[in-house]
Amino acid sequence: MGWLQKLKQGLSKSSQKVADSLKSLTSLSSLMGASKLDASSIEEVEDALIGADLGTKSAARLAEAMRKHKFDGPVTSDSLAAALADAIAEILRPVATPLVLDSAHRPHVLLLVGVNGSGKTTTAGKLAQQWHQQGKSVMLAAGDTFRAAAIEQLQIWGERTGTKVIAGDQGGDAAALAYTALEKAQKEQADILIIDTAGRLQNRTELMDELAKIVRVIRKLDQSAPHDSVIVLDGTVGQNALSQVKAFQQAADVSGLIVTKLDGSAKGGVVVALAEEFGLPVHAVGVGEGADDLQPFDAQEFANALTGVADRQD
Amino acid sequence: MFETLKGKLQTVFDGLAKRGALSEADVDAALREVRLALLDADVALPVVKSFIEKLRNDAVGVASLRSVRPDQQVIKIVHDALVEMLGGDAAPLNIATNPPAVILMAGLQGSGKTTTAGKLALRLKTRERKKVLVASLDMTRPAAREQLRLLGEQAEAGVLPEADSETPAQIAKRALQVAKLQAYDVLILDTAGRLSIDEALMAELRDIKTITNPHEILLVADAMTGQDAVNTAEAFHKAIGITGIALTRLDGDARGGAALSMRHITGCPIKLGGVGEKQDALEEFDPARLAGRILDMGDVVALVEKASEAIEAEEAERMARRMAKGQFDMNDFLTQIRQLQKMGGLGGLMGMLPGIGKMQKQIAAAGIDDSMIKRQEAIILSMTKKERVSVGLLNASRRKRIAAGSGTSVQDVNKLVKQYQDMARMMKKLGGKTGAAAMKAMMGGGLGGMGGGMGGGPGAGVPGAGMPDLNALSRGLGAGGFGKGLGGLLGGGPPNGLPGLGVKPSGKKK
Ligand SMILES: Nc1nc2c(ncn2[C@@H]2O[C@H](COP(=O)(O)OP(=O)(O)OP(=O)(O)O)[C@@H](O)[C@H]2O)c(=O)[nH]1
Ligand SMILES: [Mg+2]
Repeated sequence: MGWLQKLKQGLSKSSQKVADSLKSLTSLSSLMGASKLDASSIEEVEDALIGADLGTKSAARLAEAMRKHKFDGPVTSDSLAAALADAIAEILRPVATPLVLDSAHRPHVLLLVGVNGSGKTTTAGKLAQQWHQQGKSVMLAAGDTFRAAAIEQLQIWGERTGTKVIAGDQGGDAAALAYTALEKAQKEQADILIIDTAGRLQNRTELMDELAKIVRVIRKLDQSAPHDSVIVLDGTVGQNALSQVKAFQQAADVSGLIVTKLDGSAKGGVVVALAEEFGLPVHAVGVGEGADDLQPFDAQEFANALTGVADRQD
Repeated sequence: MFETLKGKLQTVFDGLAKRGALSEADVDAALREVRLALLDADVALPVVKSFIEKLRNDAVGVASLRSVRPDQQVIKIVHDALVEMLGGDAAPLNIATNPPAVILMAGLQGSGKTTTAGKLALRLKTRERKKVLVASLDMTRPAAREQLRLLGEQAEAGVLPEADSETPAQIAKRALQVAKLQAYDVLILDTAGRLSIDEALMAELRDIKTITNPHEILLVADAMTGQDAVNTAEAFHKAIGITGIALTRLDGDARGGAALSMRHITGCPIKLGGVGEKQDALEEFDPARLAGRILDMGDVVALVEKASEAIEAEEAERMARRMAKGQFDMNDFLTQIRQLQKMGGLGGLMGMLPGIGKMQKQIAAAGIDDSMIKRQEAIILSMTKKERVSVGLLNASRRKRIAAGSGTSVQDVNKLVKQYQDMARMMKKLGGKTGAAAMKAMMGGGLGGMGGGMGGGPGAGVPGAGMPDLNALSRGLGAGGFGKGLGGLLGGGPPNGLPGLGVKPSGKKK
């Protein structure tokens, strides 16, 4: 299956609920020809969005936008979904920015951070695959020195993608490992160094300090590094994503995000709330466990899928 | 950045508090805020809806029934309903069976299955002295088997040797054979993470279930999960019939509303909670605690406490007036006993006091326990209305009847009457204003009264409102001896200090 289909399949499954809710808007039929939504329809729209993890605030704002929206002709569930998709895409478009490598940096350092199990290591493997296939020289740094078998996991990804992995011992100092890896990557003039880190919960200050230390230490070798500090978010996450982004931004200067597991039933709708709250670039989405299952984030497509528009167009 | 639920509730309830009576509109206004707050805590929308519906019914009914302040009632209702929905009592793992008991771990990718499997192995091994075998059926994620092997070794559990080119079902079969042959008590099967919409992988899970016939099928889920929690829980439950939920990453700052969603949708108890990355960071799930978390309860509980304190203060005032006139009767005595019970009985009361743990044995030896309080209550309830007001009526034959009626002995009845008389005498002696203050101290004013009752030191326990002087309390305990001190509390000797029945700690508890 091609990636586009996969993404669509995943996203359209995500959107099923929203689409269904919109289709079943009980009050729509009673509108019959009205070109504006009534109060109870607005509420149902809001509920549908909340059910997709947009959060109460973003959902309320979008519902309000729908209230004001002047539809061409009578409102139908289709025209409503389309209007909603457009409104969401408008929020997301400014943040839909792919990762751009700056060849001035050798290597371009990319740091992956996030809570436990969000998909950091897998994403590291996927990114390595992507750039390796573009003919870049990529190196991976096994910065998770804490979790059992984390190093082996990344090493397997190295083998899979034909990428060199710099690793130390489990229980070692992550910052020191990152330093060593950057030193090696600089010496070998690698194009990219991807640093995987241990998962950590954002309220654990000592662990967040450790992350800050990694950043400090690599800056000793390259003032401008990391050139991308990416938080990897699990697509099933709820409103806690806001707290995650905030804390990781503080500790590791997060510059963008990647959302994983969108091939499941999760909505990933919190991305909309994140865009409104932080305006950080969304670089890519994970849509599977394979090396090729990483895709650029497309605002309109994501919005269409979230509201069920994609379903109808297919 | 976020308005906490507590903050929101407070605003709403502050508004309500000013009015007094709770109209339907008031309830609706309060519930609209509660609804938003629950959604912010990631409780799934359909679950929030049914919760609010239930709450609305409860709230309106209660408000029209009783005369306490409506906002306080609503707080209590919100809290109680949350606790109830989360499952009431803790649900232990069911592994009491013909060994090996099989525990199957299932869930989405990255939810924490492997870590939890390792933790569980350690827990069962150290706490329940079980011989545990762990086996990884995860052929998908790189180094997943390696991870479980390391964790299993760390826990000093058995680890099923890896063999390549086996299907998960084949590994399961082999694991079960090994567990039987080598007489393991428990077999923990870790599985690959899978999406609930992945039909093929869900079918694979069903096969594994058929082969191993697990006693526990635990859905391992992340406490940070959003609205999707309902879909996931529903899908897994439908596919394999889970028996419980293990909630991971409870040490994070997520509000954990997903727990409520999953519990509601599956009806399965949340059995375990992961509270850290270390291998011993696995706890029995505590519904009340998570309810507090979802609701940000610390302060709401304090509010509820304050509310009941206010009611108690009024009650104390009323009682004080009565006792100043020498009117302290058996009904008042009963109120005090019930007060004590409401606080979780003696056990609950003792548990709140630091340094008491060690005295438990002595308390038990002195025969002072909750059943004694229950007996006392039964005795008073067996008295007629008249007898309760005029204790003088209690002649030998009446006492005999009461003993029979309450399933106690005449001796018990005598003891209670004596205790009542001691207390009534003292109340009369104190009388007037001092009495009112003392009464307040006993009923809601803090541990001061307790100190008096327990330590029996002269003067301790008089008007000790506010923060309890715990030093004085423990000194009192040391000097007076616990049995003797408690005698003052529950009868069995002339009390030196104030009989501090029905005291209530005013400090916040978490
Ligand atoms: N379906 C699906 N699964 C994914 C995706 N990304 C990662 N996963 C899976 O999620 C699980 C966790 O991924 P990891 O890459 O190990 O996550 P991590 O953040 O490195 O985890 P820790 O290092 O333990 O904190 C693995 O089973 C991955 O295969 C995705 O986009 N879709
Ligand atoms: Mg990792």
